[in-house]
Amino acid sequence: MSVAAEPAVLSVRGIEKRYGERRALRDVSFDVRPGELVAVVGPNGAGKTTLLSILAGVQRPSAGSVSGPSARAQGGRAIGWAPQQPALYSKLTVAENLRLFARLEQVSDPQRAVERMLEHTGLTERARERVERLSGGNRQRVNVALGLLSDPQLLALDEPSSALDPRQRSRLWELLGALAGRRTSVLFSTHHLGEVRRYATRAIVLADGELLFDGPPAELLASARGSGDDLEGAFVAFLADRGH
Amino acid sequence: MRWLLAKDLLILRRSRLLVAVLVIYPVAIALLIGLAISRSPSKPRVAIVDETLPGQTVQVGSQRVEVSQYAEQLFSQIQPVAVATRSDAVAKVRQGDVLAAVVIPRDIAARLSSSIAPAQLEVIYNGNALEQSLVRSTLNSALAQANLGFSEQIQQAAAKAIDLLLEGGNLGLLGGPQNLIGLSQIPGALDAIIARQPHGHDRSELERIARFTNFAAQNLALSKQVIATASQPIRVRSTLLHGRRTPLNTFAVVVAVSVSLMFIAVLLAAGGVALEREEHALMRLVRGLVSSERLLLEKILLSAGCSFVVAFAMLAGVSAFVTLDWSRVGLWVAALAFGAAAFAALGVAIGALAREVRAASLLAFLLSLPLAFLALVPAGSLAAGVNDAIRAVSFVFPFKAALQALDAAVNGASPAIGSSLVHLAVLTLVFAALARVGLRRLD
Repeated sequence: MSVAAEPAVLSVRGIEKRYGERRALRDVSFDVRPGELVAVVGPNGAGKTTLLSILAGVQRPSAGSVSGPSARAQGGRAIGWAPQQPALYSKLTVAENLRLFARLEQVSDPQRAVERMLEHTGLTERARERVERLSGGNRQRVNVALGLLSDPQLLALDEPSSALDPRQRSRLWELLGALAGRRTSVLFSTHHLGEVRRYATRAIVLADGELLFDGPPAELLASARGSGDDLEGAFVAFLADRGH
Repeated sequence: MRWLLAKDLLILRRSRLLVAVLVIYPVAIALLIGLAISRSPSKPRVAIVDETLPGQTVQVGSQRVEVSQYAEQLFSQIQPVAVATRSDAVAKVRQGDVLAAVVIPRDIAARLSSSIAPAQLEVIYNGNALEQSLVRSTLNSALAQANLGFSEQIQQAAAKAIDLLLEGGNLGLLGGPQNLIGLSQIPGALDAIIARQPHGHDRSELERIARFTNFAAQNLALSKQVIATASQPIRVRSTLLHGRRTPLNTFAVVVAVSVSLMFIAVLLAAGGVALEREEHALMRLVRGLVSSERLLLEKILLSAGCSFVVAFAMLAGVSAFVTLDWSRVGLWVAALAFGAAAFAALGVAIGALAREVRAASLLAFLLSLPLAFLALVPAGSLAAGVNDAIRAVSFVFPFKAALQALDAAVNGASPAIGSSLVHLAVLTLVFAALARVGLRRLD
């Protein structure tokens, strides 16, 4: 069975988010299927973080519905989430942060989950180091590790590679690729279109809260005129064609 | 919730400087406030220029009062610094060695004796408006006390002179008249003489004199009471409406402990909630891991618990120096627990509104300190509108209720502890509800 034919693990229908008069999201609908790596791209202020935080259960939509695993209903375990800014306690060590959230997420064997995450993220040697002493890249790795603690069906990552160096980035994508291979769906926002082309199975383009494109990255490249093999150029041209 | 509590205790253990400041600063402020309340104002240093001659006296009838007694009365109210001349006194005031100077002029005895020109002292002082006000109020009080004491001396001398007039005797002066007849003895003596006189003009005149001396003796006896009343016309009798009389030093202890309780609970709770937001962990927690209510409850328990421990330790420690009734320890615990919970609830409300720890701490300080001072303003000491405003502010924040609860618990003061505890419980719920609303505002 192809990925497209499988039932969706997450269905988003007609989501809107309003902050007073401002509409951060307008009638956004899409599905995510098991094992998909879905990139959410768009200019700053497009609504990427708002969308991911609604899926993660941090915010509620003003209208529309999200069906599938509910972050709130299962004590935050069904959807893993790594926010844009690492959400960690800086006075605690890496292992203490992981252990605390493993316990709060009621993971069956917290110690085992911590060891597994330390190993997956290459942080075993840093386990006893306080987060306040870690580099930005390593903090981001712990941040992603926290999202993976409960082995969720769907992982929502807000710009996960933004603070990582090329080697760490490569390691992150290796980890996410492995997760997708185990049929975990990954939804991530990014400004690195090279990563979208290389790793994403699908791209969602948002601008001013509107969903403008939903399909494979290659289709996005093809849809833009005269950009050759340059996805970034294609993306800019795509937005310009639609008045953004 | 226990994991969050354990996490916060671990963070506190690793933030030793913060904890030290959090405990030492409020305790230091509390002790300063307590000292300021409990210590009566120290006697002011005042330079005295006594220009009177040694042994100079004020004549009161046949009695004499030494002018030096006035200086002695004044010295008991101040810390006297004797200086020889007025210019020395002015120099000392200018240099700030003394708060003020008092010049007792050479002619004070003559003026007091003559009763024609009023006796006058000169007071010399310096400084800004605040210092001038302090000098005026302090010195006026000291001079009023000295005047009162000196007037009692004069009144006693006058009473002795009247007694001599009434009862007769010796003047006590070397070479003075001896065995004088008293005014009250004259009517009896006259009556005996009149009885031996034949009726006629002389006898009628003697009877008139006898009636006058009788009248004069009765009224002179009354004048003693009049002089005593005039020296202090109104005496004060105090009546406490409710509760028992609270000694100033134990009230100061209650104030100091309440201030510490407030600072530690408010700062810790405000900082704790703001830290969750500052570290972006709040978003992770509220997406289903921990409900907002549980998160707030955990912060309230942690900060109320910490402040309770410090405040109780303070109370127990102070009891080594100030007599406190340990049989009321159950009431202390209730007052401290309810007060700590209300302060912690106020703290979480502040923390939920502020986005970062520094802003939360600043807001907590800015709010807490004036609240403590407002609650200590005596009722009726300001204009009615201002008093009402202060009463309203003190009612909607927990300091006054906590102070009253602890005062009732420690000193048995009024109002009764029950009403204050109910007040604190209501404020705890209100501030916790406000914090719940504030927490919805995520970054």
